[in-house]
Amino acid sequence: MKRSKLTDFIFQKVSAVFALSAVAFAILILFIITKEAFPAIKNFGFPFLFNTRWDPVKENFGALTFIWGTIVSSLLALIIAVPISLGTAIYLSELAPSKIRQPLSFLIELLAAIPSVIYGLWGIFVLVPLLRETIQPFFAKYFGFLPFFQGDIYGVGMMAAGIILSIMIIPTIASVSRDIFMAVPHSQREAALALGATRWETIKLAVLKFSKNGVMGAVILGLGRALGETMAVTMLIGNRPEISLSLFAPAATMSSVIANEFTEATSDLYVSTLMEIGLILFGLTLFLNIIARFLVWSTTNKASFGK
Amino acid sequence: MKKLLTIIGGVFISLIIVSGVFAAKLLLINGAGATFPYPIYSKWFYEYAKIDETVNFNYQSIGSGGGIRQISEKTVDFGATDGPMTDEQLQKAGAEIFHLPMVAGAVVLTYNLQEVSNSRSSLRFSPDVVADIFLGKIKKWNDGRIAQDNPGVNLPDKKIVVVHRSDGSGTTFIFVDYLSEISGAWKSKVGKGTSVDWPVGLGGKGNEGVTGLVKQTPGSIGYVELSYAVKNKLPYGDIKNIAGNFITPSLESTTKALDAKVDTMPSDFRVSLVNPSGKDAYPIAGLTWILVYKKQNDKAKGEKIVKFLNWAVTDGQKYAADLLYAPLPNSLITKIQNKISEIQVK
Repeated sequence: MKRSKLTDFIFQKVSAVFALSAVAFAILILFIITKEAFPAIKNFGFPFLFNTRWDPVKENFGALTFIWGTIVSSLLALIIAVPISLGTAIYLSELAPSKIRQPLSFLIELLAAIPSVIYGLWGIFVLVPLLRETIQPFFAKYFGFLPFFQGDIYGVGMMAAGIILSIMIIPTIASVSRDIFMAVPHSQREAALALGATRWETIKLAVLKFSKNGVMGAVILGLGRALGETMAVTMLIGNRPEISLSLFAPAATMSSVIANEFTEATSDLYVSTLMEIGLILFGLTLFLNIIARFLVWSTTNKASFGK
Repeated sequence: MKKLLTIIGGVFISLIIVSGVFAAKLLLINGAGATFPYPIYSKWFYEYAKIDETVNFNYQSIGSGGGIRQISEKTVDFGATDGPMTDEQLQKAGAEIFHLPMVAGAVVLTYNLQEVSNSRSSLRFSPDVVADIFLGKIKKWNDGRIAQDNPGVNLPDKKIVVVHRSDGSGTTFIFVDYLSEISGAWKSKVGKGTSVDWPVGLGGKGNEGVTGLVKQTPGSIGYVELSYAVKNKLPYGDIKNIAGNFITPSLESTTKALDAKVDTMPSDFRVSLVNPSGKDAYPIAGLTWILVYKKQNDKAKGEKIVKFLNWAVTDGQKYAADLLYAPLPNSLITKIQNKISEIQVK
């Protein structure tokens, strides 16, 4: 009797240590980055966030172009990925015959397992020539009156980065949304059907409405991945720290500038500035993840009440 | 049970013996730094292990910036860099650090111009034309100033797309060092460093990233290491040097650039090779250095490092050409050997 109590006690403590160590790592990382970024924070102050210059020679650094590049490329990815992912998730949870449901889910999740450098290579050799020769000239010709489709066409740039990011986040958004749709109690669907709703009305009233917050969470999880993605974006975005409304124009993101310049950054201030960019990125993704967790949590709670 | 214990005991004892033998045999010397010379350093360490079996060199190619930081913090036994340390950095290190040139490399202009590559082997560029292309002042391939250097070549009416490295690199340093040397506008507007604020163009990560973009983008021009251009059979341009000759980049013309600078070389070897005066010298060249402390505190390691460095600048040079690095000229090797002999092992 005594012995089993002892093992319980040990087991409890050991797992607590493991659980806390993950948290401790996150806090430690935050602490170290903040510490390393401090000289830059002190030197540039608040205007760092709004400075559009990035001149390593004269050590005139600003983060705005990178913040812009990160947010715009991620938003573009969401605009493309959200409708496709939601369509996929609805099909998988509501409409697909059970025979193909499993293999299809598996294939979509497999997309998430492809290393980002492979996406980058595919982007360079397939997507970029396609954009340069066909898609972007088309947009320039028919939608050229919009500021988004003006300027020189290179193939690489914001549009290429947004498209590749959208492909990378589709599996995240689709599979999380599918799980959320599946969590909607059957009683909800049956109630809608009993009231004479069509298939589409059932999905709209019983499923989508019920899981609105959860889907929001899935979208933000996808956004989190897009914000932090480095390799594929670096290969396709053109790496030019500049703010342009045109989707044809090259840009740069926070993660790409860190990956690009960290190894050869020689002066202390330069390194510290890159750390500060990392800190901003850390803050942004952390913030979005907390929101996402909160939204997903609130839907799943509702689902368990329905049962 | 007893049998199991015996076996485990036996394994342990033999492990201790084996590791003891290795510990006595191998002295591990750690280095870190530039990626550009990584292939030749690996080759050297491999060959040198056959000559001296008691030492094992371990080199991490983490970039010049990392190499300078790590040698300054004394976390490695030697560092390596493609751009010399600044006075400020040297002062911060606390003790005197030697820059020892190991091999030289060249940076070439590569371009994607279907119309030209069919008609002739390579385009020619004057220094001011190169600078103005990268400053964004020359915008089209059929610009009169490009045409002037290339009589008889049918240059297309195409936009020039500039491609540069997006990552910080020694290759960039050599290239912008050259541009700063030949163009006042570049020097005041952009300057030199491992990363700069490019006036125009797209950024590709690494030599392969630049090559990928150049190959993919008609009308583009970029810069890569000579060795990379040769291995990948990229077209590259001839550059006009001070003497007024158009020089095709090669190992010979790079060594000529070194030759031209030997007489005026400062005693700490922190010298730029760009724009040399020799009549056959290729103007966009640079050295790569190993960084060591003048005072070696670990006697065993210090002695091994000195021996290796002496070997690298003499016998080791014969491996350079195969890997497309320009070997050091004899006149310079003597100077470096004198410097190595100043290293104090205590």
